[in-house]
Amino acid sequence: MVRNHLLVALPSLNAPPNHRPRLTVDFGPYLLLATLEGLVMAAVLALTAVGLSLVFGVMRVVNVAHGEFFMLGAVLAWAVAHTLASPALGFLAALLVAPLVAALVAIALDRLVLRRLDYEPEAVIVATIGFGYILQQGALSLYGPDARAVAPPFDLRLQLPWFGYSGYKLAVIAAACLILAGVWLLLTRSRIGLLMRATQWDRETATAFGIDTDRVYAVVFGLGAALAAVAAVLIVPIQQAHYLMGGDPLLLSFITVIIGGLGSLRGTVLAALFIGLSDGIISVFFSPTLAKILATLLVALVLVFRPQGLFGRRPA
Amino acid sequence: MRPALAPVAVLVLLAAAPFVLPGYHATNLARIMVLATFAMGYNIAFGVTGLLSLGHALFFAAGLYATGLLVAQAGIPATLALPAGIAAGAALAALVGLLALRTTGTAFMIVTLMFAQAGYLAILYFGEWTRGDEGFTLPRAARTLGPLDLSLDGPRYAVAFVLFAAGLLASLALLRSPAGRVLVAVRENAERTRMLGYDPFRYRLLALTLSGLYAGAAGGAYAILFGYAGATFASVQYSILPLLWVLLGGAGTVLGPLLGTALMFYLLDLAARVTDATLLVVGASLILLVLFAPRGLLGAFAGRFRSP
Repeated sequence: MVRNHLLVALPSLNAPPNHRPRLTVDFGPYLLLATLEGLVMAAVLALTAVGLSLVFGVMRVVNVAHGEFFMLGAVLAWAVAHTLASPALGFLAALLVAPLVAALVAIALDRLVLRRLDYEPEAVIVATIGFGYILQQGALSLYGPDARAVAPPFDLRLQLPWFGYSGYKLAVIAAACLILAGVWLLLTRSRIGLLMRATQWDRETATAFGIDTDRVYAVVFGLGAALAAVAAVLIVPIQQAHYLMGGDPLLLSFITVIIGGLGSLRGTVLAALFIGLSDGIISVFFSPTLAKILATLLVALVLVFRPQGLFGRRPA
Repeated sequence: MRPALAPVAVLVLLAAAPFVLPGYHATNLARIMVLATFAMGYNIAFGVTGLLSLGHALFFAAGLYATGLLVAQAGIPATLALPAGIAAGAALAALVGLLALRTTGTAFMIVTLMFAQAGYLAILYFGEWTRGDEGFTLPRAARTLGPLDLSLDGPRYAVAFVLFAAGLLASLALLRSPAGRVLVAVRENAERTRMLGYDPFRYRLLALTLSGLYAGAAGGAYAILFGYAGATFASVQYSILPLLWVLLGGAGTVLGPLLGTALMFYLLDLAARVTDATLLVVGASLILLVLFAPRGLLGAFAGRFRSP
């Protein structure tokens, strides 16, 4: 997701192979830069993928519109930041408003459509594909076909011995870690987390014990969309908001969730790190498209031969 | 055996159409028949056998690019390039099937989606030959089948009609054959079918390969009839569209794919005159269909949305 920016940072590496600088001299700094970029990507990817994984884990459905909720978050971030004068204030407001709106939209989708489908997995996939198109059209009609940037909340450049690095990107990594820790606390230490785990374990028994599982489903679906949206808000100062930007995050989250093991949060975070770092490094030294081809084939083969994921333990 | 009155009547109407309809609709109808062939192929996998694939764009694109590249880059006559496209679709479907059919349900959907995505990315990666998103056109002089100049409306309609008619009659024959009944049995209850002594894997592979053959034929025909190949045809959208057409018309029915393709084509055509919001039309139809008419318009006769 952050790859576009990386291409700007390192133009010489994306020149045709015969024009490439000799890597032996400055291999170390390049590797450091690729690792940093990979960590930023891993951070954003982990947030997005945990949202998808949570929905799959508790509800046993795949939300194909997840990438479009990411896009919704980015577009909302632009809209909010655009109405407020100060970049820092606008960004903070976006960080609150975008996930909230995305969650409300997701809850409406859950109530109006998914519940009526009785969460039948294949019907949900078709319905969320349809809803993704509706969100895309909404963004195209209301926001337009242009890619627009959001100013970062602060402008700080860290000067390393070999290159300068954006302080904001490091803040993205920190923010993602904080939010993930919050999600983990919510799931393991709070009452709603307990209800979620009970519902995931056995929905019927949970209902028999008086848990309103319909409400739990709505909260989980909303939370999943909110995580995608918050990841998008973090990324828009680095990558511009565009109505077609949802495809990549969806694909990469899919890859992450499957390699990490469907429904396993720890696996998802580990897989996001693995994919973010390897993608960053493969993209710097080879071609981004080749990296994506290898990743998609890896997912297909993992699903076929190791459905519990590379990092998962029990079968999904 | 019940006589196939409705399909024959539809074929007669389609054969008469170019003599009655104005040229604009005849060209549309040629395109609809090619896309409906793609949809009929999808129907064999999804409607008949219950395999919900999200990767059929791969097989359509295999036909499109095999035929298109052979004609445009290698200068091979369309008469030979079209069978190559058909074979490419079937072979790729068989290959994907050998791996993907080890999974079922949601995992199958994701595996097919991933293979198709890898195919799409590969088309972008080999942009030197495929020209990526921009695509390439086939030289007009090369678009001939024997004496037929396919850039003219008449021959183009005739070839599209023959392709569609062959596909329709073949899928009718398949549905009425013993093998076709096993495919339906696999959809309804794979375990029971296995206990009756049929190997569900082999029948699913057969269905997916046939399905890929249709998709490859439609893709190859599209290349020589309309003279263009581009990466859009390999994108996720072209995996979703046949699903939408088949759902709309009625999964598992013989005429459903044609009905769904034609209705969606004209729905988008009409919508485009009123609004630019064509994605909204596609998205809303998917949701409304799955909510209120999961069996499609012809679905009262056969086929269930929910695969076992």
